[in-house]
Amino acid sequence: MTQEELLEQIYKKDGKAFTALYDMYSKSLYGVIFNLLKDKEESEDVLQDVFVKIWKNIESYNEGKGRFFTWILNIARNASIDRLRSKGHNNSKKNLSADNFVHILDYNTTATNKIDAIGIREFINKLKPKCIRLIDLLFFKGYTQQEASDELEIPLGTVKTQNRNCIGELRTILQE
Amino acid sequence: MDTTEYITSGTLEFYVYGLLSEQENVEVNEMAQKHESVKAEILSIEKAVINLSHGISPHLSAENYEKIRQKLIEKHNGVVQMQPKRSMNPYIGWAAAVVLMFGLAFQYYKYNEVTKEVEAVNVQKSKFEQLLASTEQKNAEAEKALAIIRDNASTTVALAGQEIAPKAYAKVYVNKTKNEIYVDVSGLPKAPAGKVYQVWALKLDPLTPTSIGVIGDATTQNGIFKVENNETAQAFGITLEPAGGSPTPTLEQLYALGKV
Repeated sequence: MTQEELLEQIYKKDGKAFTALYDMYSKSLYGVIFNLLKDKEESEDVLQDVFVKIWKNIESYNEGKGRFFTWILNIARNASIDRLRSKGHNNSKKNLSADNFVHILDYNTTATNKIDAIGIREFINKLKPKCIRLIDLLFFKGYTQQEASDELEIPLGTVKTQNRNCIGELRTILQE
Repeated sequence: MDTTEYITSGTLEFYVYGLLSEQENVEVNEMAQKHESVKAEILSIEKAVINLSHGISPHLSAENYEKIRQKLIEKHNGVVQMQPKRSMNPYIGWAAAVVLMFGLAFQYYKYNEVTKEVEAVNVQKSKFEQLLASTEQKNAEAEKALAIIRDNASTTVALAGQEIAPKAYAKVYVNKTKNEIYVDVSGLPKAPAGKVYQVWALKLDPLTPTSIGVIGDATTQNGIFKVENNETAQAFGITLEPAGGSPTPTLEQLYALGKV
């Protein structure tokens, strides 16, 4: 199902729309949330809140603002960061950058996921470490161009293009 | 702006990440609407990052869906319509709905059929009722005619066909006891449209005709009509006259004539 088809279902108040929404995006958002919180229960709790929020505010989304996925990605990142703050975590983003999404693979302990994890690890290993860092900060953690430039000590003007090259790599790997 | 340059600038990745300002978002939206290649690039970037985050995501227990469902139902009871996920119930529900639908359709079909039958029977019934009524009416008329003819006090005057219709005939029944006169016109040809038969009582010397009745529609009354009594009549005649009758008989149209 495409984003457009999903939205059409949602606007029609189709009873199956929520299930479709959940099926399409729950794992992606859980990946993003877990990458920030590093705690299974906490992350599941935030994920639940995020889906409630999405569903409750779905009327306020409009396609002129950007992609639907971008809209829910922002909700997920913001909810996770709010949770970190409420738990007394230091809200400086510095703390967030210590780990990246590759480390999540170490958390995967269930049997079925171990196999998946091996596959995904192989796949991610094809990405350059610099790309993992860039995609982690910009996509997963929502760092601004400036913040990423400071964190990774790369020139501000090259953040966008370097990130583009990394996504290019990712796309190539995905097509293999 | 050149689309290739636009695409390679890295802005579209930031667009998908949600890192652009509102103003920049509007620009990207416009570009995506104008250029198919820009739109395709956005979709491709989105697909890549969804795949990546999906791929690295830890196992997500199935209870999660149910928990969210519960939260939505508790907090927004009645506002959100949701279905339990992957349970058999919906299938059973659908199956029941389908069976019910067929059942209803069949009942409706049967109902229609029976209704049609009832209608058909009703139509037949009213036909029979009409038939019965007209038969009874005919019967009553026939009995009445027979009574008139059989009555011992009745004298019959035969009226013979005249020049204009030699084969025609009519009969007049005079009942001196009851002072009634009946005319049987069933032997006359059917009166043409706009014309009627008029019955005259005649005194012969000198010839004096007196109208004793106009016969409107001969087909409805079994051919026998009651006309006015006339005690002095020596003969009876029947002429064809314009509708409504005439003050004096049109002798050229004399159909039947007979002496008492």
